[in-house]
Amino acid sequence: MAAAGQELNPTSYISHHLTNRTVSLGEGPFWTLHLDTWLTAVFLAVVGFGFLWWIVRGATAGVPNKRQAFVEMLFDFVDDQVKGIFHGNRAFVAPLALTVFVWVLLMNAMDFIPVDLAALVSSHVLQQHEWKPVPTSDVNTTFALALSVWGLMIFYNLKVKGIGGWTHELFCTPFGAWFFPLNFLFNLVEYISKPLSHSLRLYGNIYAGEIIFMLLWMWAATGLVGSLFGGVLALGWAIFHILIVALQAYIFMMLTIVYMSMAHESH
Amino acid sequence: MNLNVTMLAQAVTFFVFIFFCKKFVWPPLMRAIETRQKQIADGLTAAEEGKKSLENASRQADEAIAQARGRASEIVAQAEKRVSQMIEEAKTAARAEGDRELAAAKSEIEQEVSRAKETLRTQVATLAVAGAEKILMREVDAKAHADILSDVQKQL
Repeated sequence: MAAAGQELNPTSYISHHLTNRTVSLGEGPFWTLHLDTWLTAVFLAVVGFGFLWWIVRGATAGVPNKRQAFVEMLFDFVDDQVKGIFHGNRAFVAPLALTVFVWVLLMNAMDFIPVDLAALVSSHVLQQHEWKPVPTSDVNTTFALALSVWGLMIFYNLKVKGIGGWTHELFCTPFGAWFFPLNFLFNLVEYISKPLSHSLRLYGNIYAGEIIFMLLWMWAATGLVGSLFGGVLALGWAIFHILIVALQAYIFMMLTIVYMSMAHESH
Repeated sequence: MNLNVTMLAQAVTFFVFIFFCKKFVWPPLMRAIETRQKQIADGLTAAEEGKKSLENASRQADEAIAQARGRASEIVAQAEKRVSQMIEEAKTAARAEGDRELAAAKSEIEQEVSRAKETLRTQVATLAVAGAEKILMREVDAKAHADILSDVQKQL
């Protein structure tokens, strides 16, 4: 709910729910920390990976119980995806893919909690009036993930191919050594577009989903008919959004694996 | 879009959880899964071997049974042969014994007959003498007529 005394109109409602809780850590706008984004993300990661860790610690090689079977299915799914794309030692890439998938999925899934319900929790339990509960609808999160993956990609490019090999690849592929300016331009565009498309795809999908939810919740606040139709439409959108949430997490993981694979293999 | 230090915080968090995942979450479960896969593979191999040895054993058993059956029919055939032989021997022996007993009985009967004849003859002679005495109303001198009497006896 909007803060007391504020008029309820679409702009104020949406901008209220899209305002991050900020903490300033130093001089200048850069040192602003979105406390809600970061704490929610950390909380989800602790819960998600804590759950996995709890299951994994008691894992048996014998007959698994249902919890372990579920986690094994998840691991097997991720491992299969990695196996299909990445040919090499999966000791790092597979856990990386699992981390990306589980974390992004959980952060996206925060979208399912109706914003006003989340606001109820944040305002009464955390005593925070501004709390944006979906970390992936904050561009900082998606850029952090995409740029981390991008950094790992650069790191593995250098590690696997060496500085000479990578430079050669940058200038001599895909059109051969004679077209080295064109090649370099081509690769430059590719390397710049990778983190952008990687992060903005996720951000855009989740942000748009959140906006649609907010419009529906706002409609639901206008009266009985609005509540009815808003509720039904929000249910429909939530069901469809399950697909988007899972699909975006899956796509984010797949692109991560693809970029890692490209860093490990020469053209 | 306002990019700020949140991005750094998220990136650091990301790397912390990648490390956590790589170190503590991924390897133990993968190890468990791989151990189970190996166990299942071993189990399947063992089952295959078991099946093979079972086949072997049943083939050996079949062979042993066939051998035993052959031996048994051989023994039965031998026994039958022996039995018929024994029966034959017994028959021969019985026939010989019967013949022998028959011959003995015959000779005894003949002896009895001749003895009876002798007795009869003696008695008839005595009767004849007694009859002749009675007819002649006098005593026949047995001594005097011994030759006659023995003559009569022979004729009887």
